[in-house]
Amino acid sequence: MLRFLTRRSIGALFTLLIIAVVTFFMFFAVPGDPARLSCGKVCPPESLVLARHNLGLDHPIFVQFVQWLAGIFVGRDYPTLGHCPAPCLGYSFVNKEPVFAAIVDRLPVTISLTIGSAIIFLVFGVGTGVIAGLRQGKPLDKIASVSSLIGASVQIYFIGTLAVYFLVFQWHVVERPRYVPFTENPLEWAYGLLIPWIVLAVIFTANYTRMTRSTMVEQLSEDFVRTARAKGMSNRTVVLRFALRGTLIPIVTIFGIDLATLIGGAIITETTFSLQGIGRLSIAAVVDSDLPMLMATVVLAAAAIVVFNVIVDALYAVIDPRVRLT
Amino acid sequence: MTSPLQATTSEHTSDAVDAAIAVSGAGQAPVGRSPGQLMWRRFRRDKTGVISAIIVLFFILVALAAPLISAVYGKDPYTTYGLDNPGLLNQYGFPILPNGGISSDFWFGIEPGLGRDVFTQLVYGIRTSLLLALAATVATTVIGVVIGIVIGYTGGRIDYFTGRAIDILLSFPSTLFIIAFMPVLENKFVAPDAETPTWLRAFALIFFLTFFGWPSLARLLRGNVLSLREREFVEAAKVTGASPGRIVFKELLPNLWTPILIQSTLLLPALVAAEAALSYLGVGMIEPVPDWGRMFQRGTEVYVDDITYLIFPGVALLIFIIAFNLLGDSIRDAFDPKIRR
Repeated sequence: MLRFLTRRSIGALFTLLIIAVVTFFMFFAVPGDPARLSCGKVCPPESLVLARHNLGLDHPIFVQFVQWLAGIFVGRDYPTLGHCPAPCLGYSFVNKEPVFAAIVDRLPVTISLTIGSAIIFLVFGVGTGVIAGLRQGKPLDKIASVSSLIGASVQIYFIGTLAVYFLVFQWHVVERPRYVPFTENPLEWAYGLLIPWIVLAVIFTANYTRMTRSTMVEQLSEDFVRTARAKGMSNRTVVLRFALRGTLIPIVTIFGIDLATLIGGAIITETTFSLQGIGRLSIAAVVDSDLPMLMATVVLAAAAIVVFNVIVDALYAVIDPRVRLT
Repeated sequence: MTSPLQATTSEHTSDAVDAAIAVSGAGQAPVGRSPGQLMWRRFRRDKTGVISAIIVLFFILVALAAPLISAVYGKDPYTTYGLDNPGLLNQYGFPILPNGGISSDFWFGIEPGLGRDVFTQLVYGIRTSLLLALAATVATTVIGVVIGIVIGYTGGRIDYFTGRAIDILLSFPSTLFIIAFMPVLENKFVAPDAETPTWLRAFALIFFLTFFGWPSLARLLRGNVLSLREREFVEAAKVTGASPGRIVFKELLPNLWTPILIQSTLLLPALVAAEAALSYLGVGMIEPVPDWGRMFQRGTEVYVDDITYLIFPGVALLIFIIAFNLLGDSIRDAFDPKIRR
């Protein structure tokens, strides 16, 4: 296990490095000069040169990349802006603060969105999936199948906006989605994110219901389930200890992907509900040509995907003893 | 192909697919059917599949006949009726009539602000969405199939390095990357004072959707090829001295049509949704080309005052994607009778 994790972590880091290199070099051509942005509207040529120097933009791009990379591990000193402490992903001129600080500031919103909805869709998705799998062809199974089909086909910006329209503006059931830090007031926190959670859950649950149901059906016809039944185990034990365990493998796979997508910047979700998380941060970075910020959000999103991939692969071995990690 | 005579015989005996076996068992002449025919017969019995196929065909037909529909209907998606004729929009730019200005003149209402006709926008919007998604689907499928077969068949170093490249591409936050890179691309090709040409945006969208779409298809086909490669008929072809080209095209490809067809049927609605999402985020088709995604973008801006403008494209897209997904599922079932959903 340890060997597997080490090997995969090195591979993951390598993947991230390549993504960082590709992004860095591609966005070098982004319109808008970061130096000009930092310099302000009226910018005499000599201050522009100075600003460019302060940002290290007068170095060759390769050197710039090495500086950026080194900054993540040892921090970085900007001649005029001062020190940017250790995980330094650059300095955002639009926000006038180190990129890392802005991300730390926004990350709780995205994580709250992710965790809340993940709990709902995991519980409901797997629950309905198991029940539908056990009651094949019964009304409950049909309802689950149909609703999962609809859930898988709706767009978040459509039903999200509809939900806000009816729940907030027509029926006045809840207030507009907003973010209150959990540490400040847990109840307000949950209340403010209720609509986004439910909408995300509606969309994601579908996938889990479908997946759980079809795997459950498959698992129930497996030999080990038959053996367990033959040994006289109760239906409950057979389902929970044997069939469900096998069902977990595909669930863990899609759960890893979904979590990564959600944390890596739920751009559409956050735009739909006007929540100021990482997704909005990245969009703002695009609009403002805030290169260091954009770079950081792309790498962060990629990191989420890569890390969850490793975790998922490791979990396979935990769930299914037949899986050998290599 | 089945001759007319054979076809009628089987129709008479039984409509069931398994009839062929039953017939041969009863001592009559066995009816030979190609896998394609078997698939077609299974598909025809699947009510959901047939209905969704009809809906999909309807959408395609509407897209093809858009100019005709628009001519009969008497309006086009570009004219700003609301601005040209007083009495349609109020002073805030919202339709005066209830439900987004639905009337006998404007069946689906009028767009808030510009006052364009929603019905024709929707009809022409199918064209944009379908055309872009179709082009991206074809490109993705071709590239995915070629690369998947090549790396699966050759293996070794090419397989390893392409595999790593696929890993990296799949780890890329594609939506963010497309949004961020669209301005870069346009900066390269369009002069600062010129407007972005529609074809460039369309091409860029197709390119990006394909660029991030092919890796998963290639990986899937690679897996299929890996298992096929070891089968006896491929071994036999190799032993008899068939060229790699012959093995790929004559031995492997015919066995891969099923996954390719299923994947591309499921890919199309996914790409329609992806294109709509990108338009919603502001990097889709440019005005005045009618586009569903941009209708969403506008719809979510004005939804508090005029929800109708959001509901029409929303419901249309929902029906389209559900029908296409169901069609994909039915095709899968028809090809592989072992899988029962």
